[in-house]
Amino acid sequence: MNWISEWALPKIKTLFGGPREVPENLWHKCPACEQMIFHRDLERALHVCPHCGHHMRVGARQRMDYTLDPNWQRIELPKAPADPLRFRDQRRYGERLRDAQAKAGQEDAVVVAHGAIEGHRAVVAAFEFSFMGGSMGAGVGEALVTAARLAVLQDSPLIVFTASGGARMQEGAISLMQMPRTVIATRMVKEAGLPFIVVLADPTTGGVTASFAMLGDLQIAEPGALIGFAGARVIEQTVREKLPEGFQRAEYLLEHGILDMVVKRGEMRATLARLIGLLRVPQRESESLPEPEVEAPPALPAPAEAEKPAPVT
Amino acid sequence: MRHFLDFEKPLAELEGKIEELRRTTDAGGIDVAEEVGRLRDKAQSLLRATYARLSPWQKTLVARHPDRPKCLDYIRALIEDWTPLAGDRAFADDAAVVGGLGRFRGRAVAVLGTEKGSDTESRVLHNFGMARPEGYRKARRIIELAGRFGLPILSFVDTAGAFPGIEAEARGQAEAIARSIEACLEAPVPFVATIIGEGGSGGAIALAAADRILMLEHSIYSVISPEGCASILWRDAAQAPTAAEALKLTAEDLRRLNLVDTVVPEPMGGAQRDPEAAIAAVGQQVWACLEPLLALDGATLRARRREKFLEMGRNSVV
Repeated sequence: MNWISEWALPKIKTLFGGPREVPENLWHKCPACEQMIFHRDLERALHVCPHCGHHMRVGARQRMDYTLDPNWQRIELPKAPADPLRFRDQRRYGERLRDAQAKAGQEDAVVVAHGAIEGHRAVVAAFEFSFMGGSMGAGVGEALVTAARLAVLQDSPLIVFTASGGARMQEGAISLMQMPRTVIATRMVKEAGLPFIVVLADPTTGGVTASFAMLGDLQIAEPGALIGFAGARVIEQTVREKLPEGFQRAEYLLEHGILDMVVKRGEMRATLARLIGLLRVPQRESESLPEPEVEAPPALPAPAEAEKPAPVT
Repeated sequence: MRHFLDFEKPLAELEGKIEELRRTTDAGGIDVAEEVGRLRDKAQSLLRATYARLSPWQKTLVARHPDRPKCLDYIRALIEDWTPLAGDRAFADDAAVVGGLGRFRGRAVAVLGTEKGSDTESRVLHNFGMARPEGYRKARRIIELAGRFGLPILSFVDTAGAFPGIEAEARGQAEAIARSIEACLEAPVPFVATIIGEGGSGGAIALAAADRILMLEHSIYSVISPEGCASILWRDAAQAPTAAEALKLTAEDLRRLNLVDTVVPEPMGGAQRDPEAAIAAVGQQVWACLEPLLALDGATLRARRREKFLEMGRNSVV
């Protein structure tokens, strides 16, 4: 899409009163199977292709709608210094940032909200990949630290949906330091006894995977999501080998023990709700649990029972 | 044979001339001591002038200089009773990460680092300082060991970055780095990290989330290599010198951004021209940073380390 197809062509068409066509954006083409999908069907399917099951990328606010019960609230985030290095490549970073902000209607690549998931209170942070590739600079670091603090304050689990190319180069070593910074955020949540759940969406790579995104108490991914540290091209150039089929995809990571589960978007909300329910022992119950120190040693099973082979299930 | 960098060519020519003249003298020719002295002075002032205003790209080349002292050179010179440890207890020993126990100024410490190697054989052995998950898991193990026994941790970082390989990804490179960073931040003991050459991205911070971070004057510390950055943002790796400038990756830049604590001056013409002096200067600065930390308890150290990293990016402006 460029300005010609987006703006000029429709203008020309109206000017010349040509045959009324169905506007292009009512139909979407699945990038995987190339079948056409009517926009309402796509919305209903949470942007998962009804033909092939391909999970398309979705924005941060859509994530909130898909995950949280209605009436979730977005959190105002502290401002990070814009363009600390006064970085300039072919364009000024300051300009790129302002463009991205105007287009996305948000300050940086992460949106933080609080609400409930099927009734379970939760703080959710979601990456917006369309905002400079979801890259992590000081603003994203600040968002995650804020989300962690809020989770602790509200005694809620923290769930982060990632989609990021990695560190934001335009912030140089400051972006690198967001790796330890976000790791600290995970520690805050964990030390408060709260679940920290990461949901890796397509794509999540680089400095984001090598920091908070691999430190979840539970690691979930969406089907087919690209997840890895190094980029495929860099690896290919280094090892001069063809990459295996499905390399760095969610299913590959699951097979290699890096994830707990791959969950379809349509089942994500219910899965998260169930997991939170299982991890969060109701307060009264946990208080009444005996202290391990004073607990009597467990009684040994009766010999007859101990000899029985353990049931295989 | 000294290895000269491209921008040192005029220096190389001068030193070649001096060498030639000396040989004539040694062969019983005419005495040219005066001429040699004059040329030496000229070479010295040229060296000083060149190194006084190195561009970020030139610093990158110096930071990667093959003759620069490497992690093991620092360990051999500064650590007594050096006892290397091996393995991640799960898969392998990764020689790109060096770790072990020893004494620094009489005090028992744990030492970590990335080793690039100093000749072809050792470079291959250490995989050019690019660690695999096993390396970061070994680092984490040694950090935790140090924590258990109250040993201060010293690290010497010199790496282009984590190794980008199929197997490394399959075994969880990202997770290994993340856990190593976490271990650094959690360590209940004083931790001083020194960037001695290349501080390459995640592979470097994995061993450098410390209480005090030192950088050698001509070392670099960056989120991505200038070449990598140039090929992404300029779509042309040849723009690396421009990218090096933009990335603000020199010790001076990092100090100004408040991302490192101390810049250790190097001998004139870089650490590679006088490794002994460079190592001694690092030893002195590491001790100066470590000593005040020894009085602090684990909880205080950890809390302050967190505060330090939580501040990074909040107010950093060039």
